[in-house]
Amino acid sequence: MTPQEILDKLTSQFGDAILESKLDVAQPWIKIARDRAEGICLYLRDEPSLQFDYLMCLSGVELSDGNLGVVYHLSSIIHKHKIVLKTVCSKEDPHIQSASAVWGTANWHEREAFDMFGIIFDGHPDLRRILLPDDWEGYPLRKDYKVQEFYNGIKVPY
Amino acid sequence: MDQSRPLPTNYVTQPDRVITSRGKTVRTEEMIINMGPQHPSTHGVLRLEIVVDGEIIVDAIPHIGYLHRCFEKHAEHMTNYQQVIPYADRMDYVASMNNDHAFALAVERMMKIEVPERVEYIRVIMAELQRIASHLVALGTYGIDAGAFTPFLYCFRDREKILDLFEITCGARLLYNYIWVGGLSHDLPAGFVEQAKEFCAYFKPKIKEFNDLLTYNEIFIKRTANVGVLPGDVAINYACSGPMLRGSGVNWDLRRDDPYAVYDKFDWEVQVGKGEVGTVGDCWDRHIVRVREMEQSVKIIEQALAGIPEGNVQSAVPKRIRPEAGEIYIRTETPRGELGFFIMSDGSGSPYRVKARGPAFVNLSVLPEIARGAMIADLTMIVGSVDIVLGEVDR
Repeated sequence: MTPQEILDKLTSQFGDAILESKLDVAQPWIKIARDRAEGICLYLRDEPSLQFDYLMCLSGVELSDGNLGVVYHLSSIIHKHKIVLKTVCSKEDPHIQSASAVWGTANWHEREAFDMFGIIFDGHPDLRRILLPDDWEGYPLRKDYKVQEFYNGIKVPY
Repeated sequence: MDQSRPLPTNYVTQPDRVITSRGKTVRTEEMIINMGPQHPSTHGVLRLEIVVDGEIIVDAIPHIGYLHRCFEKHAEHMTNYQQVIPYADRMDYVASMNNDHAFALAVERMMKIEVPERVEYIRVIMAELQRIASHLVALGTYGIDAGAFTPFLYCFRDREKILDLFEITCGARLLYNYIWVGGLSHDLPAGFVEQAKEFCAYFKPKIKEFNDLLTYNEIFIKRTANVGVLPGDVAINYACSGPMLRGSGVNWDLRRDDPYAVYDKFDWEVQVGKGEVGTVGDCWDRHIVRVREMEQSVKIIEQALAGIPEGNVQSAVPKRIRPEAGEIYIRTETPRGELGFFIMSDGSGSPYRVKARGPAFVNLSVLPEIARGAMIADLTMIVGSVDIVLGEVDR
């Protein structure tokens, strides 16, 4: 299925939850509303003509305007097509619906995005830090991150 | 307890339930034990928090991050893209060539660089040699997990010959920095093709020897068949890849299904698990997929060595790497599965954001699913069959 057909299907199904799209780039993307993410993901996975059963990658990002975002790279093993989804949230209200009920792999990827960017995934069953210690302060991959001076009495920038 | 005697003053009453770090309340008949981070069967610094009911695993919670050094932050702080490659080397440190290859491909795709055919061929040869070397480590150490020490020595003897080939090519034996954006650091040295052909001829009978020694050993089959069964649909849902996915009977290989480099020019077959001695998707299936992939890799190397064209391996190396603003996700098939790099560029000389999607990280996330209900003695076999490299899980 071409990206245009995927976009048309999503627009007719979800209407105003599809915010923006760019299809004339190497990897076409569709921006979706952060509070409708789970429903859209479920539709993408279960609709027989789409069947995006394979979540290749889920990345947290900080955009150049200071907002946070999540990028989903989807592909279908059956139909062999791909699409990129994007969601955006602000640093003051970093909430995005979790996709971990749709794809099991999203569980750890979302924990990583929470760990590194502080994005809170609503509906995630087990949102804890994954790579950093539980008592670490701050979110290292944010552009304004400052390393804490002491961690448990150990000087950090040694 | 004998009620007639008073309790000692320092006696602590046991609670009737406790809470695991996942927030689950368990009865105290179940026991929580830690496996790792310093345990010979975790293949690195992995800690598993295991809830057991007698000998049966109720839940296995992986705790990772002991090797974390934030590759992604490092990458953002480099002054150019070429400097990221040595860091990518150190992610999956038993398959460094494949990491370099993936990162170089991603940047080349952003810059729209066409690399010379000779470079593509050499990259495929290196990637496949590295795949054999990596599988030899995986299979050898898997034998140790089952208590078989000899196959490990045989595997490392053969891996040594591959490392020798890498050493004459670029001087390094483990972390190469060989595949550059747009080309290679060195051309092949004189005599490489002959030595590599010699290795292929030497190695093919060794696979049969290995199978006789370990794969079809009755004890080994008893330890791995019907153990840790991962159904195909669960494997896809958890985005497993590589031998983990193919072992579950899913016919999917990025070298064929999302081709990159020059893999479409060679004649080889994707290997899938068929449940020959047990169930499709058990530990033995993942093991045999790795063994058979080595045979296919030898096939690819022989074809590539025969068809390698002439050319200059540095003619397409850019003087300055400044991709235009944009983003790309490129995925390649490493020995462990799908290694993807998501790169965002803001038009400057260093990446704005790099996300590495490591196959071992994703494959490990399915462990609680397949460990649940298994015997505790089988857990080492299940963890070993996932073939994790903690350098890449933690990045």
